[in-house]
Amino acid sequence: MQHLLSTEQMGRSEAESLLDDADGFLEVLDRPIPKVPALRGRTVATLFFEPSTRTRMSFERAAKALSADTLSFSPSGSSVSKGESLKDTVLTVQAMGADLAVVRHKAVGAPWRVAEWAQMRVVNGGDGAHQHPTQALLDALTIRRSLGGLDGLRIGIIGDIRYSRVARSNCFLFPTLGADVTLIAPPTLLPVDTEGWPVRHSSDLDAEIGSLDVVYLLRVQTERGGASVFPSLSEYVRRYGLTQRRFGMLKDEAVVLHPGPMNRGVEVSDVVADDPRCLVLDQVANGVAVRMAVLFRLLGGTSG
Amino acid sequence: MRQVMEPSDITRALRRIAHEIIEGNKGVDDLVLLGIPTRGVPLAERLAGVLEAIEGVAVPTGILDVALYRDDVGRNPTPNVGSTEVSTSVEDKTVVLVDDVLYTGRTIRSALDAVTDLGRPARIQLAVLIDRGHRELPIRADYVGRNLPTALAQRVTVRVVETDGDDGVFIEQGEGF
Repeated sequence: MQHLLSTEQMGRSEAESLLDDADGFLEVLDRPIPKVPALRGRTVATLFFEPSTRTRMSFERAAKALSADTLSFSPSGSSVSKGESLKDTVLTVQAMGADLAVVRHKAVGAPWRVAEWAQMRVVNGGDGAHQHPTQALLDALTIRRSLGGLDGLRIGIIGDIRYSRVARSNCFLFPTLGADVTLIAPPTLLPVDTEGWPVRHSSDLDAEIGSLDVVYLLRVQTERGGASVFPSLSEYVRRYGLTQRRFGMLKDEAVVLHPGPMNRGVEVSDVVADDPRCLVLDQVANGVAVRMAVLFRLLGGTSG
Repeated sequence: MRQVMEPSDITRALRRIAHEIIEGNKGVDDLVLLGIPTRGVPLAERLAGVLEAIEGVAVPTGILDVALYRDDVGRNPTPNVGSTEVSTSVEDKTVVLVDDVLYTGRTIRSALDAVTDLGRPARIQLAVLIDRGHRELPIRADYVGRNLPTALAQRVTVRVVETDGDDGVFIEQGEGF
């Protein structure tokens, strides 16, 4: 594996072997000294051209637990505000000795361009509304650890799918791992073209919810225009929110995932968000292990 | 491919090593056996079985994955990450590392780092089924099933029932023979 850019072309055995490694790294993170020397001397740069705290922290934690060094970069107050191009920024960071760049950018495809320009390994940390592959891997790991595997599971991805790179990554990875995925959203929040996606859709959450093993809630992304495509937040809650009433309609063993940060009272009720079957904090913990698996896969081999 | 140990040779070697471990440590109190994947793991379990049969006390065993401690990261394809499973504390214990073949010593060096990340044992010892020589580091085994002089180009293969379906130790001639 050279780069991790998308889940779209990822095969089942590749995904599963990353998840297996992540299981091993969860054990490392649970030790009295949660750190191994595996990537000593390697440098991981986090190039986040969009604001992000949790994903960046998760990657930095993962790099440090593998004994890699980290360089971090944020666009405000940096050379980007002085007009430096993406290419020049990337080559500058590479010249400082980075071996791998985690790239988050609002422009779809930016990490692919970076991978063309640079000799570094590249991990897509989120490009526009396109892909966020490590999020999908950590979600798959969370489901696998909680329910034993994804084969035959019914997973509903609910909400703001149109503007969600998380949904686009999960739409491909979950079916690759054997799950049956239904997108549940108002038609205005579905992507214009889902031809070729291995998923079904529905706009009726109440009709679907009783058959789901996993409820995957997306954040209503007001900053990306999400709020302008339905009449009001309260109508959204009424039709698509995971209220206590709907939580009661779930199968007993069904679990709830959310990529965070949650809008309590919008896509998820306050009480449901604190229920032990809501695995948000497991997702966060598993995210560090998955990112360790990705960094180790990309930097732990020959010519890494 | 020449067979150098039969199943019964392996059983006898493990039985002797078990006796030596008991003699060297004056019993099995405070002993922890850690197998190094892949074949060190079943060998550690077998040794624990023999020790229990002799002393009547169960000896804790565990799995020590060393992939993340190797000094050749970046020289080979990325290894898979195994899981370290050590349910008892190694603090102030006598840890016996168990592996199938002792060769360059680099795996054992990684294992020493891996163990000390789990705690501070009172002492660490090493038991191997085969010592084939060609050390690259100042490391030696405390308990050896069979010393097997080899040429560098030769290949030593240990098979165990638990992972390979049968027991046996084999030497293959490499290039140039």
